[in-house]
Amino acid sequence: MKELRLLKGNEAVAEAAIRAGADAYFGYPITPQSEIMEYLVDRQPETTTGMVILQAESEVAAINMVYGASAAGRRVMTSSSSPGISLMTEGISYLAGAELPCLIVNVTRGGPGLGTIQPSQADYFQSVKGGGHGDYRLLVLAPASVQEMADFVALGFDLAFKYRNPVMMLADGVIGQMMEKVELPKPLPKRETVEAWAVTGKTPERERNVITSLNLDALKHERHNLKLQAKYRQMEREDTRYDTYLCNDAEYIITAYGASARISKKTVDLARDKGIKVGLFRPVTLFPFPSKELATVSQHVEGILSVEMSAGQMIEDVLLATRCRVPVRHFGRNGGVVHAPGEILEALEQFINSKEKQHQE
Amino acid sequence: MTQDIISEKNLVYKPSSLLTNTTFNFCPGCGHGTVVRLVMEVVEEMGIQSETIGLSPVGCSVLLYDFYKIDIIQAAHGRAPAVATGLKRMLPDKFVFTYQGDGDLAAIGTGETIHACNRGENFTIIYINNGIYGMTGGQMAPTTLPGMKTSTTPHGRDVATAGHPLSMTNIVAALDGSYFVTRQSVHTPAAVRKTKRALRTAFESQKLNKGTSFVEVVCSCHSGWKMTPLQANRWMEEHMFPYYPPGDLKVDGRQLKIGNDLSVVA
Repeated sequence: MKELRLLKGNEAVAEAAIRAGADAYFGYPITPQSEIMEYLVDRQPETTTGMVILQAESEVAAINMVYGASAAGRRVMTSSSSPGISLMTEGISYLAGAELPCLIVNVTRGGPGLGTIQPSQADYFQSVKGGGHGDYRLLVLAPASVQEMADFVALGFDLAFKYRNPVMMLADGVIGQMMEKVELPKPLPKRETVEAWAVTGKTPERERNVITSLNLDALKHERHNLKLQAKYRQMEREDTRYDTYLCNDAEYIITAYGASARISKKTVDLARDKGIKVGLFRPVTLFPFPSKELATVSQHVEGILSVEMSAGQMIEDVLLATRCRVPVRHFGRNGGVVHAPGEILEALEQFINSKEKQHQE
Repeated sequence: MTQDIISEKNLVYKPSSLLTNTTFNFCPGCGHGTVVRLVMEVVEEMGIQSETIGLSPVGCSVLLYDFYKIDIIQAAHGRAPAVATGLKRMLPDKFVFTYQGDGDLAAIGTGETIHACNRGENFTIIYINNGIYGMTGGQMAPTTLPGMKTSTTPHGRDVATAGHPLSMTNIVAALDGSYFVTRQSVHTPAAVRKTKRALRTAFESQKLNKGTSFVEVVCSCHSGWKMTPLQANRWMEEHMFPYYPPGDLKVDGRQLKIGNDLSVVA
C-alpha cells in the first residue's frame, strides 16, 4: 500500500534518508535547509536503524566527518545551502580525489556572499563544473518536486557507490521549502556489504587499505586523474537523465531545471493555450548534462529559451549541446527573486516576435 | 666477529613488524621518526593491528600511510579530528588515532581539535609540537616562542603583532570532554620510554569510552631551527619546556595543576 504524506522537500529528504538505510548524517544549520537535520534528530533513527546524526561545529567539520565516515564504506550524507557548500568545497574535492561516495544535498539560496535566504539557482557552476580545486566532477541530480527530493536520496546513494564519487542533490529554496504530497519510498535494509576499499581495520586476510588523494609522483597522479576522467565519461554514457514535456511538435523549447522547470511547465501550458508550440526540456542530471538528447530534441526548433533563477549559467551547457545551431536566449530573475509563469511567457513571446521580425526583414 | 654477536638472544631492539620497509622521510635527528615508530610498537604490543585505524595530517607526517601496516586515512590540513569523528562514530569499537603537527592542529585545525575534544570523541590525538612549520620550510606557527626566528619572523616573533605561543594541550585539558591529556618529549631514552607509556595509556583509555586522549610530544625541528640535532635538543629543553613543560595535565578525567606534575620527567 502506498504511504502518502504531506511534507516539505527538506523533510522528504530526511525521511527518505532514514528509509534508504543511511548510516550517518553530519550537518550544520543554515537556512533554507535546517529542517533536514531537525527532522532527522526528531525521528531518533539511532534507536531504530542505528543512523548517526551529528551537528558539527561548522560546514568544514561536517564535510570532513562525512569523509571519515565514508572511508569506513558507509552510506553517509550531509546537507547545506550555498554559503555552507562554499565552505565544504575543499572537503568535496578531497572526497572526489580519494574516491569516496557520499550524498550532499544543496538547497541553494541567493548569493554572492551572505546574499539572501530566498531561492536561487546561481550555484550551477559551483555544483556542476567543480567548485573546489582540481579536475573533478560531482554527479548532480536536480529534483523538481518534493517527490523527487525523496526519490533521489536512495538513487543518490546508489550512484555514489556505483562510481565511488560524491553525488550532489542540487535543489533550491523553492523545492526545499514547499509542501507537497509525496509517496514515501519503501524502507531499505541497511547496507551490509563491507566495501573492499573501506578502512575498517587491516585483517590478516587482506592488504592494508589507504584512503588518500595525495600522489607526489606526477606520472602516478596523472594516471589517477585519467581514471577519474574515465569514470566521468562512464557517468555520461550510463547515467544521464532528463525529462521532456510536449517537445514532439515544439517550435520553441524552454530548458530549465529544478524549480524553474516546475514554473516553466506552467508557462508551456499557458503558451499552448495561446497556440504557441512550445515544449520543456528538463535536465535531471546536470552533470552528466543531457547534451546529446537536447541536441536531438532541438534539431528542428526555432529557438531555445533557457530559464534559470540566475544571470545565466546552465545556458552555457545549452549552447555547447546545440553547438550554437539554434538561437538561445536567457531569461531569469536572480538574487532570490522567483520568476512567475507569466513573466516567462512574456519573455518567450518577445523572443518569438524578435525572431519573426528578423525573418520579415 | 660482528657476525658472532648477531643472534636472537642478544637482540635488544627491533623495529615493530607493523612498520613497512619504506624509509622515513623525516630529517635525521627529528623526533617524528621516534614517535612514528613508538605508535606502531604500542599497537603491536596491544595486539590491535586489525582494530586500529590511523589518520595522517598535512605536514611532515603526511606520508604516515607509507610507513604503517594498518588501515589509514589521509586527512585535509587541520581536519583530522573531524575525519576521525566521522570514522569513530561509524566504528565505535575500533581504535582510532590522529597524528598531527602544530601547524595542522594548533593553527588551521584549532576549531576541529577543540570541538572534537569538547564532544569527548573517543579517539587518541597525537600532537607533535616543534614550534614551527617544518614541511613548508620553517615558517612561524602559533606555537613559535617569543623572539624565535623563523622564515616568516626573520627578526624574531614579535608578540605585539604576531601573538603569543598557543598551548593547545592546556586548552584541551580544560575541556570536559578530554579524559587523558599529557605532554611528553622524545629527546632522551627516558623521555622516549615515558612517551611510549603515555601512548599506551591513551590507546587503552579508548576502551573505557570516557573521552578524548591527547598526547603532545614536544619535539625539536633542527632543520627549521637551523641547528644541529644536539643543539636543537638542548635549545628545546632550555626554551621550549618553560612554555610547554612535560608532564600529565589530566589523568582519569581529573585535571592536574597545569605544568606542576613533572613526575614523568624527574
